[in-house]
Amino acid sequence: MRYLPLTDTDRDAMLAKIGAASVDALFDDVPSDLYLKGPVEGLPLHASEMAVEKHMRRLSKQNLAAADAAFFCGAGAYRHHVPASVDHIIQRGEFLTAYTPYQPEIAQGTLQMLFEFQTQVARLYGCAIANASLYDGSTACWEAVAMAGRVTRRKRVVLSGALHPHYAEVVRTMAKFTEDRIAGARPSLTAMPDDDGLIARIDDQTSCVVVQYPDVLGRLSDLQRIADAAHDAGALLVVVNTEPVALGAIEAPGNLGADIVLGEGQSIGVGLQFGGPYLGLFAVTNPKHVRQMPGRLCGETVDADGKRGFVLTLSTREQHIRREKATSNICTNSGLCALAFSVHMTLLGDKGLTALAAENHRLAAIAADRLAKVPGVTVLNDHFFNEFTLMLDGDARQIVRDLADDGVLAGVSLTRLFPDAEGLENGLLVAVTETTTEEDIETLASALQEKLS
Amino acid sequence: MPRYFTEEHEWIDVDGDTATVGITDYAQEQLGDVVFVEVPQSGTELAKGAEAAVVESVKAASDVYAPIAGTVTEGNSALEDEPELVNTSADDQGWFFKLTIADKDELDGLMDAKAYKAFCDGL
Repeated sequence: MRYLPLTDTDRDAMLAKIGAASVDALFDDVPSDLYLKGPVEGLPLHASEMAVEKHMRRLSKQNLAAADAAFFCGAGAYRHHVPASVDHIIQRGEFLTAYTPYQPEIAQGTLQMLFEFQTQVARLYGCAIANASLYDGSTACWEAVAMAGRVTRRKRVVLSGALHPHYAEVVRTMAKFTEDRIAGARPSLTAMPDDDGLIARIDDQTSCVVVQYPDVLGRLSDLQRIADAAHDAGALLVVVNTEPVALGAIEAPGNLGADIVLGEGQSIGVGLQFGGPYLGLFAVTNPKHVRQMPGRLCGETVDADGKRGFVLTLSTREQHIRREKATSNICTNSGLCALAFSVHMTLLGDKGLTALAAENHRLAAIAADRLAKVPGVTVLNDHFFNEFTLMLDGDARQIVRDLADDGVLAGVSLTRLFPDAEGLENGLLVAVTETTTEEDIETLASALQEKLS
Repeated sequence: MPRYFTEEHEWIDVDGDTATVGITDYAQEQLGDVVFVEVPQSGTELAKGAEAAVVESVKAASDVYAPIAGTVTEGNSALEDEPELVNTSADDQGWFFKLTIADKDELDGLMDAKAYKAFCDGL
């Protein structure tokens, strides 16, 4: 394959072939007053590479990076340690430059990687079948809702109030175009999620119930109970997970009655990266639902000589065959992020993931105990994994801003997540991972104590 | 029971007001191993020529069109677990759906077995 730019000769040959005198002649139809005459307003014409680098460095110094602060932000994106070998492996040219595995004869490595990734996700989620990844957790959430509509032929969606509000927003946005009716709710600041309220909203028109596990406030629902209620009504249970490390400590949703399990895979291998690119994980428990799944699947097979090989399978549901019948408008997967996930997961192994989860929870428990001792701080949760909600005697958003000025990134205020919801002003979501030190916890506790006194 | 054929390689058995629709042996042979069939739900109203079912083989995915207008009374649920029935018994057990015929005049435009054979020989 050649990846060479056009030469003048190539260009002339093409113009001669189509009978155009010049490239400009091709754009004859564009009215002349629509052409850009001068520089774009507000943009400098050009700068030297050195000047641009200097400018960008100056801008980047305005950031307070996670690694440079006592850092407690989570809410769907978590700071974890990513081994250096992950980055090394994903940057190998064979992986980094491979774009799309439509050509199995030159993409066996990519396809095998995706197959193994799918196997890891399916095992992590307790599901039968996982796809080769989607763009991120929030868009995967919409895909699950759309899929539930295809399976049940119903159009009423019940969202848990404790679903990450950005995920709920993506679902609402997409539903505008599909006429799905979304029944949502606001989160309640109680120690345990309002599962009774959620179950009460399920009816015989409901296609699916969407719950987050652990939920956006860090709480854990009894999934099996919600699954039973959903199934009794003929609806599917969709479970969202934004912190896959948690599944090293808590039961996989697929083993608790979930029909579709999806989530954000960023925690494993991917890094915070200022918000993207991230990694949507998606899996189902019932093999019969495989044809309604979005995205691509990689399958294992044997060739004519009986040798093991890998192929993209069920391609009729994807965009390149029968485009109008595709199950999703997503026509690729987050290949490199999936590779990073897979490499990190392989390095961890079963025991490593369990140990990592235990360490996250241990430090989070220490943090919750310590922070609960700060006057003016109440820990909301009875149960949590590595993220929990604090109720402060004061506006959490302001306190977060003040503490950031002091080099402490204290967490995510609930007002930031739910800007319109009343009564959440004092809520602060705090995440702790293996990268959090006991010194960091002490720094946060002291800073909060000072601010609240 | 008269059997009619379409140029889209569907067959239609007519029994009173009810028609049974499948794809022909010629069609299944062209498709190769059938791996999935999606049949319409009971109660679906189909216009003549509307997309009625989907058949996927290892080689291709194709729509099956309603050869005549009508209301679906039954989809062949056996195909859900045994799509290969389309290969082994295209003319019989591999039927796709039954419908109540809306307009019997529409049958006039279809081929009989002899005409269909001639049609296939010409392909």
